Amino acid sequence: MGGVLEGTVALVTGAGGGIGSATVKAMMDAGAEVIATDLQAPAGGTLSLAHDVTDQAQWQQVADTIRDRWGRLDVLVNNAGTVKIASIEQTTIEDWRRMMAVNAEAILLGHQAMLPLLREAGKNREGGASIVNISSVSGLVGNAFAAAYGASKAAVRLFSKAAALEFAALGYNIRVNSVHPGGVETDMSELICQTFVDMGMAPDMAAARADSARLQPIGRTGKPSEIANAVVFLSSTAASFITGSEMAVDGGWTAG
Amino acid sequence: MSRLAGRVALVTGGLRGIGLSCVERLLDEGASVMIGDLADAEDVDLSAYGENVDYVRLDVADEDAWTNAVASIEARFGRLDILVSNAGIGTPCALREETLENWRKTIAVNLDGTFLGTKHCADLLAKSGRDWKGGASIVNISSMMGLIALPKGGPYNASKGGVRLFTKVAALEFAEDKMPIRVNSVHPGFVATELFAAFPDELKAFMTSSTPLGRVAQTEEIAAVVAFLASDDASFVTGSELVVDGGYTAK
Ligand SMILES: NC(=O)c1ccc[n+]([C@@H]2O[C@H](COP(=O)([O-])OP(=O)(O)OC[C@H]3O[C@@H](n4cnc5c(N)ncnc54)[C@H](O)[C@@H]3O)[C@@H](O)[C@H]2O)c1
Ligand SMILES: NC(=O)c1ccc[n+]([C@@H]2O[C@H](COP(=O)([O-])OP(=O)(O)OC[C@H]3O[C@@H](n4cnc5c(N)ncnc54)[C@H](O)[C@@H]3O)[C@@H](O)[C@H]2O)c1
Repeated sequence: MGGVLEGTVALVTGAGGGIGSATVKAMMDAGAEVIATDLQAPAGGTLSLAHDVTDQAQWQQVADTIRDRWGRLDVLVNNAGTVKIASIEQTTIEDWRRMMAVNAEAILLGHQAMLPLLREAGKNREGGASIVNISSVSGLVGNAFAAAYGASKAAVRLFSKAAALEFAALGYNIRVNSVHPGGVETDMSELICQTFVDMGMAPDMAAARADSARLQPIGRTGKPSEIANAVVFLSSTAASFITGSEMAVDGGWTAG
Repeated sequence: MSRLAGRVALVTGGLRGIGLSCVERLLDEGASVMIGDLADAEDVDLSAYGENVDYVRLDVADEDAWTNAVASIEARFGRLDILVSNAGIGTPCALREETLENWRKTIAVNLDGTFLGTKHCADLLAKSGRDWKGGASIVNISSMMGLIALPKGGPYNASKGGVRLFTKVAALEFAEDKMPIRVNSVHPGFVATELFAAFPDELKAFMTSSTPLGRVAQTEEIAAVVAFLASDDASFVTGSELVVDGGYTAK
């Protein structure tokens, strides 16, 4: 059976992590060839590369590699991200800068480096080339002890809308959307739970995980594959009229 | 594609436009479909669509018609997994000229109709939804005019804004009651329906040029989004709003 991403060349950053690796798998299952990148070259993918998204020169190297092998890029998934949960009083300027660099600045670098390859793909791809930026519910609503993270993820939301409008105005045929996951079972959510335990806000990991599940009205955290499926959808022709849009995949978190 | 094999859907206002495209897409993906619309059953010919489709006359603003429609679905298919609340009406009119009668009619179809559908289908959806990882799914067709206003939007704007928040209420309640029904809204921008084809050139030009993608949507592009929300691919998506407007509201 032909998958919905047959003939698609996609780049997923942070592909060694929970949501990233699930996205690589879902995209390959849907027929795409996937360049998977992370700080250390991750398992999986058609091609796996070491790539620090905060480093402009490395973005250029990844772009060159993709150009040499494919000559175009149909889908860019900016997924790499980092979080440090802390009160505002305890947040250092280094923490702030790190989250801004990985979560926000890297989005600019990624769009810039991949634009020529995405434009190339947009010329022929039904529904246009597609950029999916992974923001968070924290980019939509406030969360205590996540001020810096929220600021970095909110930046992703409006950057995505501006990019969508700009590429439409320039006639590039590249759609740009943001995805806003709720709590998802990954290393990152484990780290967040651990931090809440360390801060004395939950007695143990089990309690912290239960608190985290309760943030979703449906009473559970998401599976990485549930976010990956949304990314596949936005990358496919099924989403051909969706650009500048934000998709909450959050078990109802931001509905109430 | 057989992502929806074994599922039964009701599409209101499914005889033309976006609704008809939803019917075609859901059938393509393997679902059986009941269409509910205003025409009398004897005037409806669905022979082109095969065995898996049926029709029930359903005025969505009429509560008795809903009781009848749900009974027909149970009798014909024995289950209901997907409700696409798509029937909708609206004509632009200045506020000071709008009649209370037309206001009520618009609210009745667009907002009462969505409420009644959710209310009367909920039990059957919850029962059928237990068979799927992602549960049953209600997809309410709002509009980008449920997010932003246009002059002369009047009752249409008000009703579509109502659909947006009604959707979230339903999502939260079903979650709280542990009923396996996800509820989401879809917000199309301008769409090339039969109505659009008949619009004056000036209006068509406005719709096209005010949409960042520089064109209006095809009905199939809305249907594809509905099919995604109906499927297990959207299993963590509830109380959410999907904007399908070519960038209009990103401005
Ligand atoms: N897990 C959640 O609950 C959740 C919720 C909302 C949003 N998100 C977002 O989803 C995305 C993926 O997160 P995840 O939950 O899979 O976390 P994860 O920690 O499992 O994966 C994140 C990956 O990003 C990589 N990364 C970090 N800094 C990088 C850098 N400078 N360059 C390249 N790669 C880098 C990490 O090595 C890691 O593999 C992130 O953007 C995160 O903010 C996660
Ligand atoms: N066309 C657009 O540009 C556009 C944009 C955004 C949202 N929408 C929404 O999409 C939905 C479908 O619109 P469309 O453009 O396909 O409209 P349409 O007029 O082409 O079709 C609407 C269908 O609903 C049926 N209907 C009307 N009143 C009904 C009632 N009381 N009970 C049952 N069926 C009824 C009609 O008979 C018709 O078959 C509507 O909710 C509309 O508000 C349309």
